[in-house]
Amino acid sequence: MVAIILIIVLVLLAVWYISSYNGLIRTRTNVQESWSQIDVQMKRRNDLIPNLVSTTKGYANYEQSTMKKVVELRNQLTAVPADDHQQTMEVSNQLSTTLRSLFALSENYPDLKANTQFTQLMEELSNTENKIAYSRQLYNSSVASLTVKIQSFPSNIVAKIHHFQESDYLQVPEEEKVAPKVNFDDFGQDK
Amino acid sequence: MLYDQIASNKRRTGYVMFGFGVLVLALGAALGYLFWNNWLSGTIIAAVVAVVYMLIMISQSTNVVMSMNHAREITDVSQAPQLWHLIEDMALVAQVPMPRVFIIDDESPNAFATGNNPQHAAVAVTSGIMSRLNREELEGVIGHEMSHVRNYDIRLQTIALALSAAIGLLVNFASNWFWWGGSRRRDDRDSGGNVIGIVISIFLVILAPLAASIAQMALSRNREYLADASSVELTRNPQGLISALQKIDDSAPMKEADPNSAALYISDPFKHKQKFADLFATHPPIADRIARLEKM
Repeated sequence: MVAIILIIVLVLLAVWYISSYNGLIRTRTNVQESWSQIDVQMKRRNDLIPNLVSTTKGYANYEQSTMKKVVELRNQLTAVPADDHQQTMEVSNQLSTTLRSLFALSENYPDLKANTQFTQLMEELSNTENKIAYSRQLYNSSVASLTVKIQSFPSNIVAKIHHFQESDYLQVPEEEKVAPKVNFDDFGQDK
Repeated sequence: MLYDQIASNKRRTGYVMFGFGVLVLALGAALGYLFWNNWLSGTIIAAVVAVVYMLIMISQSTNVVMSMNHAREITDVSQAPQLWHLIEDMALVAQVPMPRVFIIDDESPNAFATGNNPQHAAVAVTSGIMSRLNREELEGVIGHEMSHVRNYDIRLQTIALALSAAIGLLVNFASNWFWWGGSRRRDDRDSGGNVIGIVISIFLVILAPLAASIAQMALSRNREYLADASSVELTRNPQGLISALQKIDDSAPMKEADPNSAALYISDPFKHKQKFADLFATHPPIADRIARLEKM
C-alpha cells in the first residue's frame, strides 16, 4: 500500500517536473522568436533606407540634414553586435524617431507626396516600424512571463537546476511609453 | 478575463445552436401541422434540413457570408498594401494566424470578421473605409475585428447568422404555402376543433423570426464594447478607433449589405435611427462607444 502511494507521488512529481521544464522552454523560445521577428524587420528597414535615399535624390532640398542622420543611424545599427539587444534597440529607437519626423516633414513636399514610389516606400517603412513596435510588445510580454516562471515557487526550482536566465525588457521610446491603461470594468462583461 | 470570454463564447455557441435547433424543430412541427395535419413529418423534414444546412454552414461559412455581402477576396499584399500590413500587424499582436482578406466595393465605411475559429477566419472591409480612414484609424478598426476573431465572437455570430437565416428561409417558404397551398387544405376537411392548433402554429410562424432576430441582437451588443476595448489593448491607441468611429458615424448607409449579416459589422450598415428602444438595435449607439473609449 505504502509502495503504491510512493509510486504515485513519484509519478506526479515527475509529471510536474517535466511540465514546468517544458513551460520554461516554451516561454524562452517565445522570447527568442519575438526577438527574431524584430530582427527581421530591422534588416528590412536597413534594406529600405537606401531606396529612400535614391528616391528622394531628385528632390534636392528634401530635408538633407534629417536624411543624413537616418543614413548615419542605419550604418550605426548594422555595426552593433547582433547579440546586444539593448544597444540595437536603442539605436533602432533613435532611427524610428528620426524616420517619423522625416515622414511628418514630407507633408511640406507636395510633389514628393505625389510620387507613387515614395508613397509606396512610406507604406513599407511605416509597416516595418509598426511591426517592430508590436514585436517589441510581444517580446516584453514574453519576458514578463519568463520572469514570473523563473522567480515564482515552485517553478523556480526547475529554473535553477537548469540555469534559466532572466532576460531584460526592451526599452520603449519615450513617446510610446504613455500607453493607455485599458480598463475592462466599464465594458460590462455579459454574464 | 480574455479566457473567460472565450470559454463563455464557446458555451454560448452551444446554447445558441441548441436553442435554435429547438426553435427550428418547433417551427417544422407547426408547419407540418398546418399543411399536412401531421406534425411528425414536419419535424423530421426540419431536422434534416437543419442538419444539412448546419454542416454546409460550418464548412462553408466564410464563403457564404462573403458572397452574401458581395465581397471579393484579395490574396496578395500588392493588391492593398496598407490593409494587408495592418491585418498582419494585428494578427501578430493578437497572436492569431493571418486571416483571409476581403474587400467589399461600397463607399460607406464599414468592416466585419467571420469564420469558425481563429485558424479559419476572414476579415472584410469596404472600399470606403480604406479611402476615408487614415492608417491609425484603420488600425483601430482592424484591431476591433481581430479581437472578434481572437475571442471566438466570430464563430458564435456566424452560427447565429446562419441559423436565423435558416429560420427566415423556412418562414418564407411557409408563408408562400400559406397563401397558395394552405387554403386548399381547408376545404378538404371538416372545420373540426383544431382551431387552437392552427392558432398556435400561426403564432409560431410569426414569432420564430422575431425570436431569432432578438437573439442575434442580444448576442452582438455587449461584444462590440468588449471588442472596442480589446482593440485599444492591441493598438494602445484609443484615439485611432475613436476618430474611426466618428467617421463611420458621419457617413451614408451601405448599399448592398446582407440584412442577416448586419450584426457582424463594426457599425450598423443600414444606419437605423435609434428611436425604437435599444432592444431592437443590433449595435450600441456609436456615441456611447466613443464615450467609453474616451474614459480610457
